[in-house]
Amino acid sequence: MEFVVSQILSGVSLGGQYALIAIGYTMVYGILRLINFAHGDLFMIAGIILVYASASLPLFISIPLMILLTVLLGFVIERAAYKPLRSAPRMSVMISAIGVSYLLQNLALYITGGQPKTYPRIPWISETITILGATTHIVTVVTPFLVIALVFALTMLINHTKIGIAMRAVAKDFETSRLMGVKINSVISVTFIIGSFLAAVGSVLYFTNYPTVIPMSGAMPGLKAFVAAVFGGIGSIPGAVIGAFIIGICETLIKGTDYSVFSDAFTFALLIVILVVKPTGIFGEKTTDKV
Amino acid sequence: MSNKILSIKDLKVNYGGIEAVKGISFDVEEGQIVTLIGANGAGKSSTLRSIAGLIKPAAGSIEFNGDAITGMDTTQIVKKGITLVPEGRKIFPDLTVEENLKIGAYMRKDNLADDMNRVYSLFPRLKERSWQAGGTLSGGEQQMLAVGRALMSKPKMIMMDEPSLGLAPIVVRDIFSIIREIKEEGITVLLIEQNANMALKTADIGYVMETGKITMTGKGIELLENEEIKEAYLGKHK
Repeated sequence: MEFVVSQILSGVSLGGQYALIAIGYTMVYGILRLINFAHGDLFMIAGIILVYASASLPLFISIPLMILLTVLLGFVIERAAYKPLRSAPRMSVMISAIGVSYLLQNLALYITGGQPKTYPRIPWISETITILGATTHIVTVVTPFLVIALVFALTMLINHTKIGIAMRAVAKDFETSRLMGVKINSVISVTFIIGSFLAAVGSVLYFTNYPTVIPMSGAMPGLKAFVAAVFGGIGSIPGAVIGAFIIGICETLIKGTDYSVFSDAFTFALLIVILVVKPTGIFGEKTTDKV
Repeated sequence: MSNKILSIKDLKVNYGGIEAVKGISFDVEEGQIVTLIGANGAGKSSTLRSIAGLIKPAAGSIEFNGDAITGMDTTQIVKKGITLVPEGRKIFPDLTVEENLKIGAYMRKDNLADDMNRVYSLFPRLKERSWQAGGTLSGGEQQMLAVGRALMSKPKMIMMDEPSLGLAPIVVRDIFSIIREIKEEGITVLLIEQNANMALKTADIGYVMETGKITMTGKGIELLENEEIKEAYLGKHK
């Protein structure tokens, strides 16, 4: 019993962490039709930044500083690597994203010298707690609530604010949005800022569960979050969140069995099955081309 | 004597690798309805799109209210008071009717309530459907939404690209009576149409475009009586 409770708790928690990354993928795809391969690596860089920032600054300063720097990096990546290719074929932008992904990994390798960097121990959320007989960290319990709060705030922003209306308009039609006076580039920047912010918050929750950060730390969670976004229907925020929770829970449950080595393969097998049954994902937008 | 709100000189526009507009000059007087008529591919849309800043002209100048706006960014041009109702209406299908109207006023920072009510009184159907997604409206209602959305920016000049396209005749009549109402409010209208009959009946001044050039100009009613135009655009034979 304790074992099952503990597995489900960590599954929900892992799902929440994936969700925070997946939202970045799905929002950028929704607006630019771009799979931002660099997003997982941005998540890793957020981890690295905190390692270095916390070495000389207290956490209550270094965590906000890390979030700020990650957001800034996300913004700069879009301006430098994607904006100049705005009218280029989609494939070119994707190649640019792959380039940024490797650049960030190499940069991390250069900075860390290839040494695994110990992630700072964050008080309170690293402490243990016992729920229904299962012992876990506080972060595991806090994550789903924080994720739900952030997703709620994001949904309010998108549905009820001026910038939210503009984001939905730009996602549908660049040219007509421009005719309304919407500055496309500002709206796209806001999208990257939100995505990077959520990835930065997610990095704290995720890396707390691991002893170290390495340059490849972003690759797997990034890929899983991407799968979650596709699973839920890429472009859809609720889809990405639900997809992430499903993947997080499935992965953790399999890790609790004798077949734990297959947990990653299972994640992708699940994706294939879903896409065969429903090619656009759970909440995927219908691709009707209106005249 | 009224003053020119829009003045175009030797405008050349390349579009899709061809010279779609081959050096045209024309003026629009403030408060009038001016129409460009002509066949498909005559360069009418390219002209409007370059005025709106969606495509950069290859040569020539566009002046609005005395300011050169040639090659300016679309958002700047909207700020100057020009709005375009694009061909095919291009309402945002996922946004509600109300949100479509709100985004029309994106540049404005003042209170929208009065203008919202004005648009709703102009188009009562939109008020009934204000919470519906734009994509669920009929073609005619979508055109009304597109016009209402354009009015929300408080334009000095409204440009319309084929507003009657694909609409039932009765709806077309509604649209043209709205265009006259817009003029009554003092807003200049620059209209392009393949429905030359309706366009010329409504317009003060008409220009005929053929393969990138203006070939004829005159008052709307005069052009309506012109034999060549009757034959080429109004489907009447000698």
